[in-house]
Amino acid sequence: MEQMLQDVDAVIDQWGAKPESLLQIMLDVNHKFNYLPKESLQRISERLRMPINQIYSVANFFKVFSLMPRGRTMVQVCTGTACHVKGAPKLLDRVRQDLGLDPGQTTEDLALTLETVNCVGACASAPVVVISGETHSEMTPNKMASLIKEIKAKSA
Amino acid sequence: MKRLTSIQDLDALRQQILEKRKHIRKRIRVCNGTGCHSQGSHKLVDAFEKVLSERNVAREYMVVPTGCNGFCAAGPIVVIEPEEVFYQRVKPERVAEIVERSVLGDEVIEDLLYVDPTTGNRIVHEYEIPFFAKQQRLVFRDTGSNYVRDIEDYISRGGYSALAKVLSSMTPEQVIEEVKISGLRGRGGGGFPTGVKWESCRRAHGDIKYVMCNADEGDPGAYMDRSLLEGNPHQVLEGMIIGGYAIGAKEGYVYVRFEYPMAVENALWAIEQAKEYGLLGDGILGTDFSLDIHVNRGAGAFICGESTALMASLEGKIGEPRGKHIHTVEKGLWNRPSNLNNVETWANVPLIINNGGAWFASIGTERSKGTKIFSLVGKINNTGLVEVAMGTPLRTIIEDIGGGIPGGRKFKAVQTGGPSGGCVPERLIDLPVDFEKLKEAGSMMGSGGMIVMDEVTCMVDVARYFLNFLVEESCGKCIPCRVGVKRMHELVVDMCEGRATPEHLTKLEELCHAIQETALCGLGKSAPNPVLSTLRYFREEYEAHVYDKKCPAKICKPLIQYMIDTDKCTGCGACRRRCPENAIIGVIKECHVIDEEVCVRCGVCIETCKFKAIYIE
Repeated sequence: MEQMLQDVDAVIDQWGAKPESLLQIMLDVNHKFNYLPKESLQRISERLRMPINQIYSVANFFKVFSLMPRGRTMVQVCTGTACHVKGAPKLLDRVRQDLGLDPGQTTEDLALTLETVNCVGACASAPVVVISGETHSEMTPNKMASLIKEIKAKSA
Repeated sequence: MKRLTSIQDLDALRQQILEKRKHIRKRIRVCNGTGCHSQGSHKLVDAFEKVLSERNVAREYMVVPTGCNGFCAAGPIVVIEPEEVFYQRVKPERVAEIVERSVLGDEVIEDLLYVDPTTGNRIVHEYEIPFFAKQQRLVFRDTGSNYVRDIEDYISRGGYSALAKVLSSMTPEQVIEEVKISGLRGRGGGGFPTGVKWESCRRAHGDIKYVMCNADEGDPGAYMDRSLLEGNPHQVLEGMIIGGYAIGAKEGYVYVRFEYPMAVENALWAIEQAKEYGLLGDGILGTDFSLDIHVNRGAGAFICGESTALMASLEGKIGEPRGKHIHTVEKGLWNRPSNLNNVETWANVPLIINNGGAWFASIGTERSKGTKIFSLVGKINNTGLVEVAMGTPLRTIIEDIGGGIPGGRKFKAVQTGGPSGGCVPERLIDLPVDFEKLKEAGSMMGSGGMIVMDEVTCMVDVARYFLNFLVEESCGKCIPCRVGVKRMHELVVDMCEGRATPEHLTKLEELCHAIQETALCGLGKSAPNPVLSTLRYFREEYEAHVYDKKCPAKICKPLIQYMIDTDKCTGCGACRRRCPENAIIGVIKECHVIDEEVCVRCGVCIETCKFKAIYIE
């Protein structure tokens, strides 16, 4: 806990405790802990002298932020237009079935989180799936199934 | 590196760099754009460097990781200069062989060459490939050959000479005049004349003004801004510095989506280098003009591409737009005059200054000047980034440059302008593409995404897709958008799932017009566009969903059924084993059947079947 607040302080110091840094600070904290812990938001609110409700409204508004802990492995299925016409819905169904998760949900053991993203800008290799930051291009339901098997084996 | 303190310094540095590079015999360009990168091109760079240093020739032969080459379908791409030998789909295993035969030797490796699908001939040189031949690359010229992480590479190509010209011989008013003459219009989608925007910002009252770059490219299916900022950040930066000088700004922001980590990194890096060289910061090139630029990341909200929402989010508020009774050029960020332009718009500026506004105005159509970069994706052979003069017919882009539709299927429509745009049908294929003509066709330019659709794309499903996107991305500030678009989505979902009545169609159209007239910002006002344009050109498809409960393109799951062709099925059992739902029944070597109750229509069986025995009814 103490350590976490120190980390948050370090992020705030790096950007400066001013309103225009809010988004940048929250992005870094979100990235560091994979979600926004309640205490971190309180600390940001105190140090930036911004009302906590403004911080929460920002946290709720933007897609990237999560107020719940997320999995160690993030499976992001791109649902951009190019991916959509090339079969992203089928990929998503496949992952949903295999993982038993809906987009936005995390497995109980915090191993995996499934998300959809609106275009990662790799449209030429559509459909794409991003797993822990690595882009997998030209996916098919079958390729997806074997990738999930790999991830499951790794996280087990 | 010593800071450059005068224009002469910059010229001297350019000469020095060229001198220093004389001993380089060949450059090996490895594309590291998003397309190639996702196919593993970073491994190629490492492999080349390793082989060259092992052979002790790293001084004469240089590996250059570049920005996006554009021809993403052929990735990972390796081009060997100076002959410009073009190798496609290169794997790390082939690197040693390429070095041996094509770098140290002068041989061409046949099987790595591009094969022209129409003639079947192998093409050796990059410039001979039809994909490139019909393009007019101006803004995007250097992106695929520029050493991304080396400011000197940009300077050696004449980079920052436009800035030097502006600072040494032009007043801010002259710069604005030149941009006005060029006829440049905003490339983010709206198409507002850039020079006019700069002028109002210059005239606006306030000591502190901001120059801003919109790299929030949320438009799904478009990635040209990403590629430009990643591949040639200095070109964008140079445009911004010139813009800052013209409007009288002292501070600037680049707003980049967090989803583009490489773009963030490269922009940061470019700013740092420019500062080190005295091209940014205090007293640029020894003059009394100073400008500081920061990079801020967005947090994944489509609406933040809208100028007022973008600025709100920069101020640490939620990214809600406001009514634009007072423009952002007068009261933008922190209520100060702020000039926001898109990445591609900024990248055009150095060209205009170097070559003159009149030159720029000579390219394109009467009211749309210059070129436009399109991201050509979807059901098309040559996916990638394409730059053509405004007014180029759609047919040239899709058939000549794009190489047509794969799998011998028919071209059905092209979607442009993202969620604010619409679909242009096959019968308008001779449409010259510019701001006005697209608008007339019920679509819009947008940031330049072109998603090609073939006959197995369902237009009602496409409309549903965009509505779903907009429901998720609406900020919820005004009721027409928050409630209206949601209701439209429900209506279209009913159609896709076979529950629609004729009344659904009339209601849908009514809503379209009501939302267009009453929504607060551009997102809401243009939200009905994908529906209106598909209704205009593909009404019969909607009617098939509503009256016959059929999906002609066989996409909408509740309206289709998977079947096995009894003549073609050999009973091999491959589909039965792969089916995740155990919906396929049958014994080996006997014809299989699908249990419709259990089948979830996931398509794994079609992908698996080698005999094309499974079809959709």
